[in-house]
Amino acid sequence: MEARGVVKFLGEGAGKVQALKGVDLTLHSGELALLMGPSGSGKTTLLSVLGCILSPSEGVVRVCGKPTTNLGPEQLAKLRREHIGFVFQSYHLFPTLTALDNVRLALDVRGEHSGKAVKRSKDALARVGLAHKIHGYPRELSGGEQQRVAIARALVGDAAAILADEPTAALDSENGSSIMAMLSEVAKDPAHGVLVVTHDPRILPFASRIIRIEDGNIVGEETGLGAARTPVAKARSVAKT
Amino acid sequence: MPLVLKLAARNLLYDKLRFAATVIGIVFSIVLVTVQLGLFVSFERTVTVMIDHAPADLWIVPLGTKCFEDPSLLDEANRYRALSIEGVSQVDPILISFAQWRMPNGGASPVLVIGSDLRVGGLLPWNLVEGGLDALSVPDSVAVDRTYADRLGVRGIGDAAEMRDRRAEVRAVTNGIRSFTTTPYVFTQLDRARAYTGTPRTKVTYLLVHLKPHADVERVRTQLQSVLTKAEVLTAAEFSSRSRSFWLFGTGAGAALFAGALLAMVVGSVVVAQTLYASTKEHLYEFATLRAIGSSGTYLHTVIIAQALLSAVAGFAIAFLIGLFVVRLTSDSALPVLMTPALTVILFLLTVVMCVISALSSILKVTRMDPAMVFSR
Repeated sequence: MEARGVVKFLGEGAGKVQALKGVDLTLHSGELALLMGPSGSGKTTLLSVLGCILSPSEGVVRVCGKPTTNLGPEQLAKLRREHIGFVFQSYHLFPTLTALDNVRLALDVRGEHSGKAVKRSKDALARVGLAHKIHGYPRELSGGEQQRVAIARALVGDAAAILADEPTAALDSENGSSIMAMLSEVAKDPAHGVLVVTHDPRILPFASRIIRIEDGNIVGEETGLGAARTPVAKARSVAKT
Repeated sequence: MPLVLKLAARNLLYDKLRFAATVIGIVFSIVLVTVQLGLFVSFERTVTVMIDHAPADLWIVPLGTKCFEDPSLLDEANRYRALSIEGVSQVDPILISFAQWRMPNGGASPVLVIGSDLRVGGLLPWNLVEGGLDALSVPDSVAVDRTYADRLGVRGIGDAAEMRDRRAEVRAVTNGIRSFTTTPYVFTQLDRARAYTGTPRTKVTYLLVHLKPHADVERVRTQLQSVLTKAEVLTAAEFSSRSRSFWLFGTGAGAALFAGALLAMVVGSVVVAQTLYASTKEHLYEFATLRAIGSSGTYLHTVIIAQALLSAVAGFAIAFLIGLFVVRLTSDSALPVLMTPALTVILFLLTVVMCVISALSSILKVTRMDPAMVFSR
C-alpha cells in the first residue's frame, strides 16, 4: 500500500482545510508501522485515504499495486473488502450480533455465506483467543475482548493491509498491550502489513517502524524496537542500515 | 437465516417500542385500506348482483339507461317485436321501480320493487330461506330479504304491509340479497308490481332475451336493435359494466373509496418512513462500519429493504386478522366488507410497496452517508 504526493482538502468554503500536504508513505507487508502525531496532524485523514474511505484531492494511492485514482464509491468498497481490514478505536461491533456473526459480516459483504465462511470466522476468533466466546454479544464482552473480535473481523478476509485507528485508546494498559501483541503477531505474517494510528507511547515497543506526521506532512520516520520481531521488517531494517 | 436478514431483524427488534410503533402504523393503514377496498369489492358485486342473477342472454333496456335501478320504462310491445326475431326463444318482461312500504305501525320505508311474470320467468328471488317461489303466485304476496326485516317491520312469513294502499304479505324470505343503496328489494309478481308502483300495464323496465341454442348473439342483437324503438340491446356483461361504471365512477362513490384507501396508504407510508428513518439514523454508525469494511451499496440497501419487508410481514399479518374480524362483523350488514383471495394478495403487495417506498428516505440517508464517520467516534 502506498501514497505518493497525497494532498487532501477537507470541508468547503471558509471552513476548507488542507489536512494532508503531499504525503509519501509506503506500508510494506510484514511490518507493523505506527503513525504518530498530535491531534489534528492528519493521522486519521491519512488512514482514511490509505484505506480508500476518502479519495485524495491530489496524488496517487495504490493498494496491492492498483491505483485508486478515479475509482467510484463501489469500486473503492470492493478494494476495501478484498484488501483492507479495519480496526477502530470504538470497535464498531454490531451490538445485536454475536462475536461470530460480527466476524462473519466481513465475509458476508464479500458474498461468502456458506458454512466455510462460518468456519473461517470461528478460526479467526480462535486466532485472537476467543474460541470460547463466539456466541457472546458485544455487551457481554470486555473492551479488550471486543477489540479482539474487531481484529478477527479485520483478519478473517485475509486482508493484505490492516489499518488500525487508535486501537488501544479505550483500553487499559494490560488489554492495550495484549491487543498490540496480537497486531504484532499479525504483522509477522509476510502476507500482512499493519498500520496503527496512535497517540499511545506504550505501544512503541511493538512497532517495526514509526512514522511521525505533523500539520499534514510526514516529518520523520524511524525504525522501531519491534523491527527485530517481524522477519520481513527486520530484513528491511537491516538492508536500510 | 442469511446474515443480512438476521442483521435487519435484529436492528428492527433492537428498539422494540419503535418496532411496535412501525407495526401499529402499518396495521392502522392496512386495516383502513382493507375496509375501503373491501367495501369497494362488496359495492362492485352488489351493484351488479341483480344483473348477474338474471338468466338473460341479452337485455333490452330503455335508451340511455345508466344502471339497473334506472327508472326509465319500455313499451311492452317491444317484447313481441323481439319475439319475432329469428334466434330468440323467450323474452321475459321485468319491472323495477321504487315504492313506499307502509308498515302497520305507521312507519314507511322506500323499497325497490322487482316484478316478474312468474309464469314465464324473469328476475326471481334466490337464496330462499323461508317460503318458496310458488308462494308468490298467491295474491298480494311478496318476498323480502332477511337483512331488511327490521327496516320493513316484518319478522317473517305472514307479516304484511301496504304499498299504494295495496296489501303486501310476506310469503317468502331470502338471505343475502342486499342492495348497495341500502333500499330493500321486494320481489313480487309483475302485475302486482305495477300496482304497487303505479306503473301503466303496457310498461316494463327491462326485457330479458333468451336465445335458442346455437343462435348467433351478435346477429340477433343487431336484428333486435333494428326493430326496437327507444331501446338498446346489451349483453349481461355490458349492462353490468355500465351499471358498475355509473355507480362507482359516475357518482363518485368509487373515487371516494379509492381516495380513502390512498389516504390510508399515504398516512401509513409516512408513519413507517419516519420510524424506519429513525431506526436507520440510530444505526448509522453500523451502516458506516459496514460500508467501511467494504459492503456494497446494494448490501446496505438490502438490510434496509429487509427491515421494511419484515415490518410489512408483521404489520400485514396483524392487519389481516383484524380485517377478517371486520369481515365477520359486517357480514350481516347492508354493505358488508368483503375479503377475497385476490384482495388479500393485493393488500399484501400494497403493504410491501408501502414499506419499500417508506424505506427510500433511509436508503437515501445511507447512500449519502460518509463512511469516514467511523473514525469520528
